[in-house]
Amino acid sequence: MKCLAVILISAFCLLLFACAPKPSNPNLILATTTSTQDSGLLDVLIPLFEEEYGYTVQTVAVGSGEAMKMGEEGNADVLLVHAPSSEVAFMDAGNGKDRFLVMHNDFIIVGSASDPAGIKGIDSATDAFKKVYEAGAQFITRGDDSGTHKKELALWKSAAMDPAGRAWYLETGQGMGASLTIANEKSAYILADRATYLANKDNLQLEILVEGDTSLLNVYHVITVSPDKWPKANYKGALAFAKFMIAEATQKIIGEFGLEKFGQPLFYPDADKTDADLGL
Amino acid sequence: MPDIFEITLLSLQVSALATIVSLLIGLPLGTWLALGEFRGRAFILSIVNTGMALPPVVVGLVVAMTLWRSGPLGDFRLIYTPWAIIIAQTVIAAPVVTGLTAAALASLDPRLSLQLLGLGASRGQMVWTLWREARLPLLAALMAGFGSVISEVGASMMVGGNIRGQTRVLTTAIVLETSKGEFERALALSALLLAITYLINLALTWVQQKGARR
Repeated sequence: MKCLAVILISAFCLLLFACAPKPSNPNLILATTTSTQDSGLLDVLIPLFEEEYGYTVQTVAVGSGEAMKMGEEGNADVLLVHAPSSEVAFMDAGNGKDRFLVMHNDFIIVGSASDPAGIKGIDSATDAFKKVYEAGAQFITRGDDSGTHKKELALWKSAAMDPAGRAWYLETGQGMGASLTIANEKSAYILADRATYLANKDNLQLEILVEGDTSLLNVYHVITVSPDKWPKANYKGALAFAKFMIAEATQKIIGEFGLEKFGQPLFYPDADKTDADLGL
Repeated sequence: MPDIFEITLLSLQVSALATIVSLLIGLPLGTWLALGEFRGRAFILSIVNTGMALPPVVVGLVVAMTLWRSGPLGDFRLIYTPWAIIIAQTVIAAPVVTGLTAAALASLDPRLSLQLLGLGASRGQMVWTLWREARLPLLAALMAGFGSVISEVGASMMVGGNIRGQTRVLTTAIVLETSKGEFERALALSALLLAITYLINLALTWVQQKGARR
């Protein structure tokens, strides 16, 4: 019995060695936001990364809030998130080691064609929010501490309005796709990221009403979880992934993603820019 | 969390109502399946038993597609209301109650119903006596039905929308707090959900055991 176990274990070890790719710890946990997952971008990038570096990436798609919590508690190795002010706090608290600017896409304000608050074509997102508030038109909020939700709250704040508790302000606590569906059913306004909106456009009767304001930029950074705080984190893999995301070839793929299907790119590569360029 | 009372109350109301409706459907249907003799009985039973394993998300998806504005019942404007959750949870619990009712009555001695009829009982009186006879497993069916809906999240999320102050129930609130990274709050809510489920089952078990001693 004992002998058999030894044989089995050694055979298993041999098997592991035989198939082992280059890295000593091939498992890499990526915590990212639902928006990158839902758009399909990761389905393109991750196989490329895995093939090139030999890692197996376990992607956990959650809200930016949960993603950063995972990093904070050492349950993820690398983060791809879009909540810049929380990210800065995350780095300041020593939870992250490296942080690189990867790309941006933008938020849009969508709503039904009837547009009860009359915001179509307004340049400033803040002004549009003010009008929605004054009209008391139904507005869907994610309410899940995600990057999109935080962006929305920041816009309300800059409009000096507090919609919390209003009857027309509905909190879904769900992801972007599900929240868009709810907005569609209720003919309500909603702040959405363009990628998810375009991916779901065929099922929605919602139109883009406000776009292009610099305050609507949605900026993604890749963050490696600090190996000093969490020695068990796969820092080598995390750094490889971060470097992969800002490599020239990857950036080109990011810039072309979705071009064919939607007629416009879903993300704009930014590795050669700084935060200041994007108004952060 | 200030709305915790509201959320808990809605959870209880929705799941209790869904369980009651399931009972109104499942008790007669299960009785009919257990006592009736007709072609296709085994087939219907197999469908009901499969229904006991219906994944809540599948129910949620189908109910949502039915209730969406674009769906056949869209004009009733029920989607993202507590009623939508009640409908979905009824679809989940009704097969459980039906299947377990059928099983409970089928496990009674078949001579009992013949004897009752022979003694001059009406059909209604016979069914009533059988229900009384099988009250322990029937209460278990009730508990299983309630348990399947109070703990269900997939359908509530999809057809209710987890809208704060309107359709947020305990399970969807737990999912939300988890996705926010508020694990302590999620755990606290989970503990509350378990405590409530326990109290309700304790009460039902007490009734059941009291019945057993009589």
